[in-house]
Amino acid sequence: MKLTGAEILCESLTRLGVREIFGYPGGAILPVYDALGKSKLHHVLVRHEQGATHMADGYARASGGVGVAMATSGPGATNMVTGIATAMLDSSPVVCITGQVSSKVLGSDAFQEIDITGITMPITKHNVVVSHAEDIARTVREAFVIASSGRPGPVLVDITKDAQQASAEFDWEASAPQLPPKRQRTNHDPAEFDRAVELLNSAKRPLILAGHGIMVSGAMRAFEQFVRAGNYPVAMTLLGIGCFPASDPLNLGMMGMHGEAWVNNAIQEADLLIAVGMRFDDRVTGDLRTYAKSARKIHIEIDRAEINKNVKVDAALVGDAREVLEKLTPHIVTRDHDAWIRHIAKLKGDSAVRDIQSLPDTGHLYAAHVINDIWKETHGEAIVVTDVGQHQMWEAQYYHHNRPRTLITSGGLGTMGFALPAAIGAKFAKPDAEVWVVVGDGGFQMTMSELATIVQEKINIKIAIINNGFLGMVRQWQEFFYDKRYVATPLVAPDFAALANAFGIRGERITKRAEVVPVIRSARESTETVLIDFRVEQEDSVYPMVAAGASLSDMIRRPNSPLVETATEP
Amino acid sequence: MQTLVAYVENKPGVLNRVSSLARRLAINIDSLTVGPTENEAIARMTIVAHTDEKGAHRLEASLEKLVDVRLAENVSDRALLERDLALIKVSADQQNRPHLMELIKVFRARVVDVAPESLILEVSGAVEKIDGLLEVLRPFGVLEMARSGRISMTRGGDLLRPPVSAPSSELAAVDSNLK
Repeated sequence: MKLTGAEILCESLTRLGVREIFGYPGGAILPVYDALGKSKLHHVLVRHEQGATHMADGYARASGGVGVAMATSGPGATNMVTGIATAMLDSSPVVCITGQVSSKVLGSDAFQEIDITGITMPITKHNVVVSHAEDIARTVREAFVIASSGRPGPVLVDITKDAQQASAEFDWEASAPQLPPKRQRTNHDPAEFDRAVELLNSAKRPLILAGHGIMVSGAMRAFEQFVRAGNYPVAMTLLGIGCFPASDPLNLGMMGMHGEAWVNNAIQEADLLIAVGMRFDDRVTGDLRTYAKSARKIHIEIDRAEINKNVKVDAALVGDAREVLEKLTPHIVTRDHDAWIRHIAKLKGDSAVRDIQSLPDTGHLYAAHVINDIWKETHGEAIVVTDVGQHQMWEAQYYHHNRPRTLITSGGLGTMGFALPAAIGAKFAKPDAEVWVVVGDGGFQMTMSELATIVQEKINIKIAIINNGFLGMVRQWQEFFYDKRYVATPLVAPDFAALANAFGIRGERITKRAEVVPVIRSARESTETVLIDFRVEQEDSVYPMVAAGASLSDMIRRPNSPLVETATEP
Repeated sequence: MQTLVAYVENKPGVLNRVSSLARRLAINIDSLTVGPTENEAIARMTIVAHTDEKGAHRLEASLEKLVDVRLAENVSDRALLERDLALIKVSADQQNRPHLMELIKVFRARVVDVAPESLILEVSGAVEKIDGLLEVLRPFGVLEMARSGRISMTRGGDLLRPPVSAPSSELAAVDSNLK
């Protein structure tokens, strides 16, 4: 069957199970858009190509499948860069398709020509230029395999305009992926495995560090069996949240820079850390010289390049988390860690008293109140998509996720502007799920043009803007480390409720704690998108905090005295 | 100094991916040679890098993550045969030419070009040997030098072959899942 390259692309995407494409048209991708119009694929018109990549990313993270973004050459492609890097740092399977100028003028600085494969080489798992129609089907299939296998990541396929227009024979069977053969590096060294088993069975104070890899591997059941077999307490990375129920007594909560104090203290006191699908990021470890000095370490990780990168480990089990855990669990014989678990409970100490939830209600509205109320009202079952900053950390602390893939957040790259578009993608992946955006007033203003996409696509998500009039996390650093010199962090914002109205979206503004629950209830009852502008305390900070590069043991704790008075100073 | 051998796809852009990776890891490359193998689809690289064992592990593991790299291996600790080739243009007049010829014999170099005021020498062997020759030639006046960079091979039965089987079953399984 003879088809044009553009038609081959649409047919291939359809056969790969794609339903939605997030994109923005332009000259060099026009043949594909013409073919899209005749296909069964649904195209979501974004307002900026960065939004397209975040939507594809949100789609991928919510569904576990591959998200697809599309853009034209030149500025369309370069606008995708931030979204591609976001997906790269968080191992998210995204396939980006960009149009490219005709192969006849490649390299001539033609209109809207840019070397996007050169630009994205270090921020993609792989990228490729296609300049022949007959290569499109195979290349797209290869892109899907690469994006979703092993440690996932973004793949960019740059297709020249003449390849889109040329005709070629379409033969699905004959266009199977032909990736270069690789040496299988999965670690089956029996000595390494035996050492891990010995460490597991001799530990007195073991602690699991649970990461994103558990979700990616689909290892939730195997992980739970492993946890139960050894009766191990579990600490979560930010992206690991959801892989093990927050309601489980063995789940301690989040570790790291804004992790719970008792979790960080437990890490420092443990005699064995069992890291599963996590990479000892600097936001997790703090100062490496003082990190978990009394602990031996087992690292279960699919990416060999992560082994001994930041933290030297005693046993490295390279491989898929589910496979490794399933092999390990039957060997666990020691499970009496009750004294250790009781000790960790004691470490909590006065944390509950320090918690902002325990502060007397003085009429002030705190972000933690808002997020905790959203958690209660949604019964912890919503998909929450956050941006980056204080609200992101409060979400991790006060929204308790029991199911995987229900917290979607930019961890590695920390991309502001991620939340709104990623939530749109998540909603397409899970149309029946309740999707909440939790976003700051800074990040929201970076990609708020996607409100128009919401209206055009008639989708129903709930948007909670945690509006403190500051770039809050940067302000917090200025407060702690720059003597309160608030340079470039006070932030003017539009009237978000009125702005929502201008887009045709219901907008609300909330300033009092008593108004929070009613507005959440009323938003949930609506079948349309609702935006709520929560005017929260301006100078609240996220506690505890480990300063960048400081030891995990040195946490800045929430002051015991109510901070309400100091917080209201101008 | 660490030595890595890599088998890569013999196609455009692969060298860029490899060198760009070293740049990203802030590893300085001392020499990088690449050439075809007996299998025309595969090229072989010898990478000599200014880094320690930990850096070499990262480079090796990160290289193998590249789709176009079939295998990368740190061979620094293995029994290696290493060769470097140099062409050296050295100043040579009537007076010092006999002395020069003596040295050339000792180092088993060859004279491959003769001109009234200069000679071009070809020498191959271990890096130390070439460096040694260079040292003794310096007083005569080294006018120009070109070196091939190191190629390395593990000795004897220690084989380092590229994987040439069909795409792994794991990848095929992923593709069929997607369908």
